[in-house]
Amino acid sequence: MDTNGMDRRQFIKVSAAATAAATAGVEGILAARQAPAFAQGTALGMLRWNDFVPASDELLKKTIIPEAEKALGAKITLETVNANDIQPRVTAAVQSKSGPDMIMTLNNWPQLYEESVVDVSDVAEELAKKQGGIYEQSRAVAQSGKKWLAVPWAIVGLTIAYRKSLFEEVGYSKFPETWEQYRDAGKKLKAKGFPIGQTLGHTFGDAPAFSYPYLWSWGGKEVEKDGKKVVLSSKETLESVKFMVAFWKEAHDEGGLAWDDSNNNRAFLSGTICATLNGASIYIESLRKPDQYKTAKGAQMRTDIAHAALPKGPAGQFAFHVPFSHMVMGYSKNQKAAKELLRYLGSKEVFDKWFVSQKGFAVGPTRDWEKHALWKEDAVMLPFKDAARLGRAPGYAGPAGKKAAEVLTKYIITDMYAKAVQGMSAEDAVKWAHGEIQKIYG
Amino acid sequence: MLPRPGAARPALLGRLLEDERSLAYLLLTPTIVLLALFIAYPFVLGVWLSVSSATVGVAGHFVGLKNFDKAWNDSIFRTAAFNTFLYTGVTTVFKLALGIWLAVLLNRHFRGKRLIRAFVLLPFIIPTVLSTFAWKWMFDPTFSVINWGLWKLDLITARVNWLGDPYLSLISVMIVNVWRGVPFFAISLLAGLQTISPELHEAAAIDGANAWQRFWRVTWPLLLPVTMVVVLFSVIQTFADFQLVYVLTGGGPANATHLFATYAYQIGVGTGLLSEGAAISLAMFPVLFLVVVLQLWYIRRVETR
Repeated sequence: MDTNGMDRRQFIKVSAAATAAATAGVEGILAARQAPAFAQGTALGMLRWNDFVPASDELLKKTIIPEAEKALGAKITLETVNANDIQPRVTAAVQSKSGPDMIMTLNNWPQLYEESVVDVSDVAEELAKKQGGIYEQSRAVAQSGKKWLAVPWAIVGLTIAYRKSLFEEVGYSKFPETWEQYRDAGKKLKAKGFPIGQTLGHTFGDAPAFSYPYLWSWGGKEVEKDGKKVVLSSKETLESVKFMVAFWKEAHDEGGLAWDDSNNNRAFLSGTICATLNGASIYIESLRKPDQYKTAKGAQMRTDIAHAALPKGPAGQFAFHVPFSHMVMGYSKNQKAAKELLRYLGSKEVFDKWFVSQKGFAVGPTRDWEKHALWKEDAVMLPFKDAARLGRAPGYAGPAGKKAAEVLTKYIITDMYAKAVQGMSAEDAVKWAHGEIQKIYG
Repeated sequence: MLPRPGAARPALLGRLLEDERSLAYLLLTPTIVLLALFIAYPFVLGVWLSVSSATVGVAGHFVGLKNFDKAWNDSIFRTAAFNTFLYTGVTTVFKLALGIWLAVLLNRHFRGKRLIRAFVLLPFIIPTVLSTFAWKWMFDPTFSVINWGLWKLDLITARVNWLGDPYLSLISVMIVNVWRGVPFFAISLLAGLQTISPELHEAAAIDGANAWQRFWRVTWPLLLPVTMVVVLFSVIQTFADFQLVYVLTGGGPANATHLFATYAYQIGVGTGLLSEGAAISLAMFPVLFLVVVLQLWYIRRVETR
């Protein structure tokens, strides 16, 4: 269980020291193996998504939650729903002031519910202090000013999954480092019948995870740091759109305009595309059914998959991963117990089990998890280890607040590129997107 | 005679029940309560939200027509409005034409008539989300069975990008709506057809009317009241359609398939701007209200003629 140079004894020792500061904190519970004094029969409800790694949900339900019940002396109900169903549930719960005590959120959703959540700064700051600092993207989406709206849980990293053999065939033994190189490789591979697969549709994961970092890498951004002045319409943005139009025609699978988050997985595994931006799910699926997914030459697909970060642009290299965090709801009658549970789940000892079950699909919210022994197991997963370092939050260079969330949920950045590749002039597409963002930031 | 003790109350209740007016109110009460609870209250709340600055968890204050003004100046809203009218108009025409055609065919006598009639209803019976997922697979950019079929028949040489092209995606969404809606038209119109006495057709035939004339001069006028009701229901449902577009395209690509309902959901729930979401969905109301008034007026006129 030793993950980074601290064994259990030391852990408990350090924890015991911390207990003095935070009585009834998770360390105290873990060290003393004794439940804190919550009212008899405290019941906690937690809502999370259906994990893309089902084994992790099973671990939570069968092991971690029952253990937490014992440790905290509370009855805990864990409910899991489809990611797309979380927001309607939050809306209904907040409006009716009843529902789960804790709700998991994706992306910058905590910003939308700022007025309806409990300040969890104590839990988040403690996590940051103990585990080597929270990643910038996780911080930006869960913090408003100095106040933490949600406790960062994990980050699902997105990298490009690609076919090693195909890129080698066109002269790239190493994955292209710049957009120009990627376009060149894609052009050659599309000519061979293996285009790059990328969605520009209305889908919450893969679409913004491409369009935002692509924009940033050219130097484009929505607003200035003040969060007021809209600066999307710039030379850099225009360049990025013009490049995209040609890049799309020459190198991409044009069906991508209609793809949702699962189409690229299917296309990749059936061998019709050479590369696609995705979480680790393609590779994990190929490991799960090695004999089902094969290359045209009959080799197992899993042997031909590698991962790489999105290429660099003139302004640098960026990523837009999916950060997850847990909110404690303002209407909850057991806020203290809910915070304790989040503290418990985020503690190294407990989170470690969950982290291992993810096999690298999700990384921790802090840098300490980059040192975990898990990363030594499979070299193919290695690019995910520190992928979160490149992550930026929507709304850059301004805060990832409500306005940034509106731009994101309206798919304005993604649609700017989609409109251009569908035939609108690059100038008009940028003008349209700038105008829409201007109305939001107004 | 002395009144019996305790007889006054039942007598009062009895009198109330005897009185037609009070009995009518009594019998209407459950309906009124249900309507108030599930129709009037949400509607009034919706109207209030649309003129407030409410967001999720924030009650907000009165802002007048600001939300409507923002929607009106929002290019995505205009696209959604245009799409909704086009979507409703085109699909209703197709559903009506195909529905009548199917109803006339099903009204004939042939073997296995009952079985076929039952099968025709299938698209209408299957939950929309389920059947739309099947269509999503059929329109899949990479694995579309429709493309595969057309390609095998040598009708296409390149893949048709059903849901990726801005025009085709709207057409695709319409196709699925027509497929789903035709059975409702067909079965309702079939019921209407069966009320038309065959004698009228025979009389017209004796007078020398051909099949088309018999349809146009006899069937159609008699079918018109039923048709109007069916169209009314269909227009209301189609105008406020949500599930189909939500599952098939999520309003994409680049808002090409957004309707009022999907956009209102995106703004109200996805972005938490309850007030603006309510304003967008309320924009449907005047149109639907007008449609209902016009059609009910027409139906009444036909009935009293």
